[in-house]
Amino acid sequence: MSGRRLTRREFVASTAVTSAALVAAPYVRSAHAAGKLSIGFWDHWVPGANKASTELCNEWAAKEKVDLQIDYITSQGNKNLVTIAAEAQAKSGHDIFQMPTWWCHSNSDLMEPVNDIMEPIIKQNGEVNGTVKYLGNLDGKWMGVPACVGSQIKGPCSRIDLMKKYAGIDVQEMYPAGSPPKADNWNTDTFLKAAEACHKAGYPFGIGLGETSDSVDTAGAFFQAFGAELVNAKGDLTVKTDNVRQALEFYKKLVPFLPPDVAAWDDASNNKWLVAGKGAMIMNPPSAWAVAKRDAPQVAEQLWTHGFPVGPKGRFAPFLPFFWSIWTFSKNKEAAKSLLVHLSKPSSIEKMVDASGGYDLPAFENLTTLKVWAEAEPPKGTLYHYPNPYHHQVLSIAASPAPPKVAQQIYFQATQTKMCLRYAHGEKMEDTLAWAEGECEGFLRS
Amino acid sequence: MADVAFQQNRIARATSTRRGSSLRYALKRKSTAAFLMTLPLILLIAILVVYPAFYSLHLATLNKSMQKFVGLGNFQFLFRRETFWLVVKQSCIFAITAVIFKALIGFIVAHFVHNIPAKGQRKWRGMLLVPWVIPPAMSTLAWLWLFDPSYSAFNYTLSLFGIGPIPWLGEAGWARFSVILVNIWYGAPFFMIMYLAALKSVPDQLYEAAAIDGANWWQRIWYVTLPMMRNIIAITTLFSLIVTFANFDIVRILTNGGPLDRTHLFATWAFRVGIEGSDIPLGASVSLFMFPILAIAAIFILRDISKRGNEA
Repeated sequence: MSGRRLTRREFVASTAVTSAALVAAPYVRSAHAAGKLSIGFWDHWVPGANKASTELCNEWAAKEKVDLQIDYITSQGNKNLVTIAAEAQAKSGHDIFQMPTWWCHSNSDLMEPVNDIMEPIIKQNGEVNGTVKYLGNLDGKWMGVPACVGSQIKGPCSRIDLMKKYAGIDVQEMYPAGSPPKADNWNTDTFLKAAEACHKAGYPFGIGLGETSDSVDTAGAFFQAFGAELVNAKGDLTVKTDNVRQALEFYKKLVPFLPPDVAAWDDASNNKWLVAGKGAMIMNPPSAWAVAKRDAPQVAEQLWTHGFPVGPKGRFAPFLPFFWSIWTFSKNKEAAKSLLVHLSKPSSIEKMVDASGGYDLPAFENLTTLKVWAEAEPPKGTLYHYPNPYHHQVLSIAASPAPPKVAQQIYFQATQTKMCLRYAHGEKMEDTLAWAEGECEGFLRS
Repeated sequence: MADVAFQQNRIARATSTRRGSSLRYALKRKSTAAFLMTLPLILLIAILVVYPAFYSLHLATLNKSMQKFVGLGNFQFLFRRETFWLVVKQSCIFAITAVIFKALIGFIVAHFVHNIPAKGQRKWRGMLLVPWVIPPAMSTLAWLWLFDPSYSAFNYTLSLFGIGPIPWLGEAGWARFSVILVNIWYGAPFFMIMYLAALKSVPDQLYEAAAIDGANWWQRIWYVTLPMMRNIIAITTLFSLIVTFANFDIVRILTNGGPLDRTHLFATWAFRVGIEGSDIPLGASVSLFMFPILAIAAIFILRDISKRGNEA
């Protein structure tokens, strides 16, 4: 310790010099100068599909000097839902999380608004469909950016040969590759006739009536084709209506033509059914076709993905979007938004869709005619109509247009498939409706 | 006993030492040492069990959006739900049936194993424990393939004899049977090993005395074996009842609660409502409903054990 005292003049001089040096010194950016960012992505089914997301994120992180951490969280056993619940409770975790269908709404208070980036993204990529708005937007606030990764349409995937031979329907002619559908006669009546014919021939349609997503989505699309809503957009109970009765009557006619064990089917059952060559149609994204291409090429070359049959109230297809959302507790929201803008560039989206072999679907209007769907084979053009390129069917989700927090309960309690099963198994129509009304009444609690 | 003697010794010596040294003596006490050694585990349990338990109690008193205190409102709501009472009924059927059969099979197999000569017994004990050792999530997947709606190995085998197909998971009655069967398969070895240990501790002299008195096989079981095993049977039953009531993985993997909710248990329905339906307070209330049922069972069983302990 020096005993010398600093005079006031010396102190002022030295601080002035230090301040000047600090101001004049060049700003040296370290490798991670823009801080840290962590992402919880959905772990893709398709082998190698995660690689495209990783590359895009790393490319952005290197440019923006951000220390990036990516976790791929599986939806097997709903692990991603458990993680969302845990992070929402702890108000801590990833900065960005890939939210499935209903989870933006169920965590709406914890979702950072992304309107500032959504508007330019929509301008760049085209308008989003109604289901994306229903699930991702609350009172004008965008709660996430629609993620192409994992988003899917669960439309019919038919056997060309079996449908032609037994049902007299040429699905390739009805949905020709490269041109608009000629599916005016593809309605719920012709669908029932085809189901009956294929059942008689020993190749029943593989449509589940279990409690998992695939079964619920199909039932939801048929309910909408009949205009059957259990709860309407205002939140009123609308179970006891003629439209709901018509939808149940349709299913009552359909169930005898389905495999006898459909009540126990899960999301893997329909894929196995088609790949094993046991059925003429399932409702699924092209994952079953992709597996068949690998394991049963003779089945794959007979598969054609196309649109839903039209019902009295329109042609609806189940669309399940994912969203990239930023938690309000994120510590690096600006970096998160910058990354989401990067991932939403048309070139990034095309790269991710290619990596998934065409499974992933962008929600934007201008991005439904990428090369991957036109070129996928065998047979050439099998996925051409998968992304709904001519918008000839309304993309929807089961239980909509009920308020999303109510619809989520209807969806996960599989109320619609249970109604179909109860009625098809002999319960009286009014009893089934009364049961469903009681259930929905419970879902309205706030 | 030793601890008491040690304390007396300490009290005797304390008269001749200063008060400041009492901490040293406290640390020397066996109970203090034992407490300190178990402290990490106690803390772990406090963090992983006690805190979540109280947190779920707190959650169960909130409304759906978790912004308002509703007291017992969630339970009142549940009591009005038809599905909730279906779940209560099914959980009771599942747990009670499975525990009875596990106990019965465990008891019978334990006797078989007990009667195998000591040389070959270890091999059998090891083999019979396999179902209990395999993580249930994995073994249940194998059962799922055996019961698979379309490709069931059981149905294939039965079809060779002109039987079936049986809708193992597609019809409510069969689905309940299937989930209970898998739970019995998984849990019976635990009963077997506990009962085997109990059987080995029954003194041979009691059987010899019974034989001299002319007791037959059934009388030996009824008057010697069962009374000697009562405490083990009670503890094992209680433990298994708790675990079986709280079962999740078997139903989740095999039926996901279906068909038509006919195989849901408290845990699977709580997951459906709380996590999948994003109604965490209601999910917490469903899972907490198990607590009073199990607490009452535990009180009765443990009171019986301690009564017998005092009589002894």
